[in-house]
Formats: sequence, C-alpha cells, structure tokens
Amino acid sequence: MEEKTHTSIHYEKELQEIKETLLYEGGLVEQAIQRAVRSLLERDSDLARTVIADDEQINALDEKIESACIRLLALRQPAAKDLRFIAATIKVNGHLERIGDIAANIAKRAVDLNKVPPVKPYVDLPRMADITREMVRESLDALVNEDCELACEVREKDEVVDNLNEQIFRELLTFMMEDPKTIHRALMITQISKNLERISDHAESIAKMVIYMVTGKNVRHLGPGEGL
Amino acid sequence: MKSDNVIETKNVNFYYGDFKALTDVTMDFERNRVTALIGPSGCGKSTLLRLLNRMNDLIAGTRVEGKIVFEGINIYDPEIDPVDIRRKIGMVFQKPNPFPKSIFNNIIYGPRLSGIRGKAEMETLVEQSLRQASLWDEVKDILGQSAMMLSGGQQQRLCIARALAMKPEILLMDEPTSALDPISTAKIEELIEELKKEYTIIIVTHNMQQAARISDYTGFFYLGKLIEYSPTEKLFTTPAVKQTEDYITGRFG
Repeated sequence: MEEKTHTSIHYEKELQEIKETLLYEGGLVEQAIQRAVRSLLERDSDLARTVIADDEQINALDEKIESACIRLLALRQPAAKDLRFIAATIKVNGHLERIGDIAANIAKRAVDLNKVPPVKPYVDLPRMADITREMVRESLDALVNEDCELACEVREKDEVVDNLNEQIFRELLTFMMEDPKTIHRALMITQISKNLERISDHAESIAKMVIYMVTGKNVRHLGPGEGL
Repeated sequence: MKSDNVIETKNVNFYYGDFKALTDVTMDFERNRVTALIGPSGCGKSTLLRLLNRMNDLIAGTRVEGKIVFEGINIYDPEIDPVDIRRKIGMVFQKPNPFPKSIFNNIIYGPRLSGIRGKAEMETLVEQSLRQASLWDEVKDILGQSAMMLSGGQQQRLCIARALAMKPEILLMDEPTSALDPISTAKIEELIEELKKEYTIIIVTHNMQQAARISDYTGFFYLGKLIEYSPTEKLFTTPAVKQTEDYITGRFG
C-alpha cells in the first residue's frame, strides 16, 4: 500500500530531517566505537585522543535532535505513529549519546593501557567491538525502515556480547591470580569489556524502541521474542 | 462492548433522497462518558448525531433503516413522540442560537411548555441550569436582560444551560466550540468534563485535538461508514486501521 504523504510538505520534511540527523549521529557513534577499540589494538593514543575530542560532535547532535523533537511535539501535535516515532527518537537519541560517551571512556582507558606492555593478545575484545557496532547500525536501520524482524535480531546479539564479556573476565581472572603484577592492566581491560557490554545494552534498548514505534507495544522489560 | 450503554445504533442506513449518507452503522455509547465523532467533511458524523434525537425528521425526503435503541425501545418506532425524545436527548449546535428573549426566559421556555409552574420552582431550575453550565456567576444579576447581549461563549453556555433545564439523559453537541475563541472553547471543554458526571455526551468535532483532549471514546467516520471506534487514547496512539492513522496524522492523500 502506498504511503500517503502529509498534507504539509514542511512537516514531512521536518520528520525526514530528524531521521537523517539521527542516522548521521549513529554513523559517528559507530565510528567512535571502531576507533576507540582500534586505538587500543594498534596502540595509537593519538587516535584515542581524537575519539575523546570528537565526542563533542555527538553531544551537539544530541541537543539538535532533541530540540527538533520537542519543537515538533509543540507545533505539530503528532498522533499515532508520528507520535511514537518522536517518543522513540527522543529515547534512541539519548542512548546514542551515551554510547558516544562510553566510546570516549574506552579511548581514555586505551591511552592508559598504551603506556604499558599488553597482558595478552586481544581476541575477544575486537569481536565484541564488531558485534556492538553491527548492533548500533542495524538498530538504526530497523528504526528508519520500521523493521521489527531486524530489531529482534539485534536483541538476540546482546546475549552473545554478554557471554564474551563473561569470557574475558574469567580469562583475565586466571591471569590476575597467576601474576598479581598484571592486575592493574587486567582490570582496565575488564572495564573496556564492560563498556562494550554496556554499549550492547544501549543498542538493544534502541531495538526495543523500534518495536514500540512500529507496534505500539512496550517490550522494554521483556526478553527477546516476548510480548510480540 | 461497553459496560452500560445509554443509546445504541444497530445497522443504521440513512438516505437523503437517493443519496446513502450512512452505511451499516452499529455503535453503542457508554453512560456518563464523552464520545467524539470525527472524520472529514461529508463523512456522516453530523448526520448520525442528528439521527440520535430524530432531528433529521425535520428534513424532507430522508429515510432511516435499522434501529436506534434508547431506554430499551427503538426511537424510530411509530408510537414514539420525537418531541419527547428531544427532551431526553438534548442538542447544542455550532452557532449559539439563544432565543431573542431574556436569559431567564431562554432557560425556562422549554420546561414551561412541559408543564412547570410556580415562580420558586422556575427560579430554582434556572439557577441550577445556569450553575451546571458554569454561567450563573456571570449572569445572576442580569437574568432579565436579553440573551442577545451576551458574548459568543456566554451564549453557547446559555444554550447548554437551556438544554440541561430539560433534564436530559444525553447531550448531543455538534461542533459546539468551532465558532468560539480559545478561552471560551477551553471553558466549554472544562464544562464538558464536569457535565459527564451526570450526563452522557456525544460530540461531533472537526478539531482532532479537541477530541483527543476531552473524549473517552472516539469514532472515526469516512464516506458514511464507521471505520474505527476505540477508547480515545488507543485511537490516537495506536489506531488499528490505516485510514484512521492517515486521517489523524494529517495524511489525507
């Protein structure tokens, strides 16, 4: 069925601009995750410092998107799907901004770790980073394409990331028990792992908002697949 | 199905001559609730409203099929007196239409025809009706003045008081605030919120935000058919039918 456009072209344009800005913010956030982890893997502290500085751009977009949403609520009184889109966008925007902050924290941790010898080769961390980036990208694709199926797939990936976090912790625990001199470095790596796990949680929350936006159902406190 | 319905339409078709204005409309209206009827111009919402108290009888060449059941009987049964129906199911129109009489006589006109006598009884009824319409304080000292001297918003509240003086069960309102300024509109919306404690209100409105603000249930009409009928919150957040969604989000096509 062909989607009808709003009688007001300006209104349609405003909605479109919000979507585009959100996707752009998502792109910056994805890039921040990738660069933050790369700065650790490649021991590139300059890259880490770029991530930290660039977080300001994400914060600026966060403010821009939120203002646009409030403006639309005040001036257009959106109803039904438009209303759910705006409500979802306000929350998704918040999650993206938090992910940006977490990526900056990973970069700060990387600067510290780059000053000292590595504990062990990083195997699981890059895998976690790839999956979380994928989750961010796919959750935003799901939002603009109103794709509940894709949103559900994103939700399922969160468990994989949780398991990787658990694995990293157990492995580093054995290192720490064997050699107390590794404790400081190992703890910093577990913090990075925890940060990536938090990013995954935020991406899952974005996916839950997509489900709300498309179906009107609130699945925030239900497991993947429940309530649908 | 609602818990306590005060009036119901069953498979109603309505014709202006050969033109079928309403098709197979079945809906029930819950007691002490506000039900809004929305839809584009010509969708049949005002026609349906006028059917509920047989106002369409006054138009030549019209025909009703189906039933409208109030107090257990079909109001279109031949034995039913339409004037009696209009006493119990009052109506307020878009353009305030006070009689060119005093404020007092506007209110007491209908009840007097119905047999009310006695100065004290009349005065009590006038005060009660004006209080219910949130107009008493503004007019209590000028009841002898012509109603035509009142502002638009006051005139409309007078018309509401006039309808209430007949002690109806249902109040039908056909775009009651579209001719009024925002403050008068807000006062009448507030009034409707109060009135539903005692009366059942069915309102036709072009203003979707008004329907969203004041109604408990909303029915969306299109081309003479009832497309969707739900609790207002549901209709405005997650409408079930795409046509409803398109209309309330402004995608008229």
